[in-house]
Amino acid sequence: MQRPVNRLSFLKYSGAAIAIAGLTIAGCKKDDDDPTPTPGNQVDLGSGDVGVLNYAYALEQLEAAFYTQVIATPYTGITGAESAILNDIQKHEVIHREFFKAALGTSAIIDLTPNFTSIDFTSRASVLGTAKAFEDLGVSAYNGAGKLIVDLGYLLLAGKIVSVEARHAAAIRDLLNPNSADFAGDDVVTVADGLDVSRTPSQVLAIAGAYITENLDASHLPTS
Amino acid sequence: MSIFQIIQKLGEGKNTNSQGQSRRESLSNLGKIGKDLAMAAVPLTIFATLPKTSHAKSASIISDALNFALTLEYLEASFYTQGVASGVIPAADLAIFTQIKKHEISHVAFLQSTITSLGETPVTSPTFDFTAMGAFSPFSVYEEFLALSQAFEDTGVRAYKGQAGNLISNNGVLTAALQIHSVEARHASEVRRLRSKNGFDTGNKGWITGNSRGTLPAATQAVYDGATPEGNTIQGGVDITTITTFSVGAISEAFDEPLTDTETLAIASLFII
Repeated sequence: MQRPVNRLSFLKYSGAAIAIAGLTIAGCKKDDDDPTPTPGNQVDLGSGDVGVLNYAYALEQLEAAFYTQVIATPYTGITGAESAILNDIQKHEVIHREFFKAALGTSAIIDLTPNFTSIDFTSRASVLGTAKAFEDLGVSAYNGAGKLIVDLGYLLLAGKIVSVEARHAAAIRDLLNPNSADFAGDDVVTVADGLDVSRTPSQVLAIAGAYITENLDASHLPTS
Repeated sequence: MSIFQIIQKLGEGKNTNSQGQSRRESLSNLGKIGKDLAMAAVPLTIFATLPKTSHAKSASIISDALNFALTLEYLEASFYTQGVASGVIPAADLAIFTQIKKHEISHVAFLQSTITSLGETPVTSPTFDFTAMGAFSPFSVYEEFLALSQAFEDTGVRAYKGQAGNLISNNGVLTAALQIHSVEARHASEVRRLRSKNGFDTGNKGWITGNSRGTLPAATQAVYDGATPEGNTIQGGVDITTITTFSVGAISEAFDEPLTDTETLAIASLFII
């Protein structure tokens, strides 16, 4: 199943294709490099840069599904300002999701099934608390995934997205505790060095997994 | 004034300034960044076709990138230190800027120590003029303080993003740079929304729509333009307008864009004496 040499040449090919012809990964023919759903609820993210992109795609699917539900069933007492922010964020997350889906093409993992039973969508505290957790988690995930990426173009893309997630995180945190230091609080930014949180895929999936019905298999992702 | 004029100006002053030696070192390093610009300006897509090892050249590429970042952190640390001390910030907003100041000072120390640990020499701080020769009054007019703050934070986010590729060969440094990058983005979001809350740019969002500077002075437009402007809607070869039905504005908001060294220094140079 794992064929590192083929994957490498595949990535080199797709990098060149993107650069020269504006093609996407979808232009590659389908082969057994595709992450394949295994029996049960197991979803293999795959290996190499494709695995890292699928990891990001999984997180964006989760965020997009969450905000789509938030918009469909606004919490009690939502203000116009809050609604505007949440609507914007929902669009951004769906755009991220659709981008990864298009870029990954046939290498993309399946559409995941969210499990939001622990979230009370009628409650501002529950919704904004979850949004804060998801945004901080997303920031930490991209920060930790950067070093796993080989291709410079993909690294830049991760950078383009993570700062938007960080902008979201700050806005949500400010809704919860306006005009305080919480937008970049000491709980997420180290006091000594001023560094945001970074998490490994296994750390991230241990948290995100509670909201995803399928079991995401990150065991083939790069570790450095 | 271009960064090259500034370099020349600073170089001329070296014999009469007691800090001439460290200035000169600083300038030498900036000059080196300048020499690397031709390479940095090569489109990313060309690098994407090369094997990783060919652009993971040496510690000097990394330390140059970190010294470049350090220069920006000096600027931010100085700006917020003066801003918090000046009394221009209303009590209601002070916690925000005290936090930002704390982070920028930490970033300066962290980058200095990281550069030293790589066996290289951190650049010394330039001298800053946040009035930009009298154009702004950030430490007496809050609206102008906020305007420059937004410009610096959005620039910082874009500048770090533009350096990521130079750090890819060192996992530890790359991760740390990303961890600073997202902190700058948190700052940017907060300051942008604060400008709206204070009525200086009603409806200003935490994220950047198109290439819009909102109500910021025209002199700041370079913060949102560049070789890959903030309004870009093509990502990784995918024209996002063709795969979703969302507006171009929403699509541009969903992706932040990088600035090159030259583009960043052209902005910072307005505030370097």
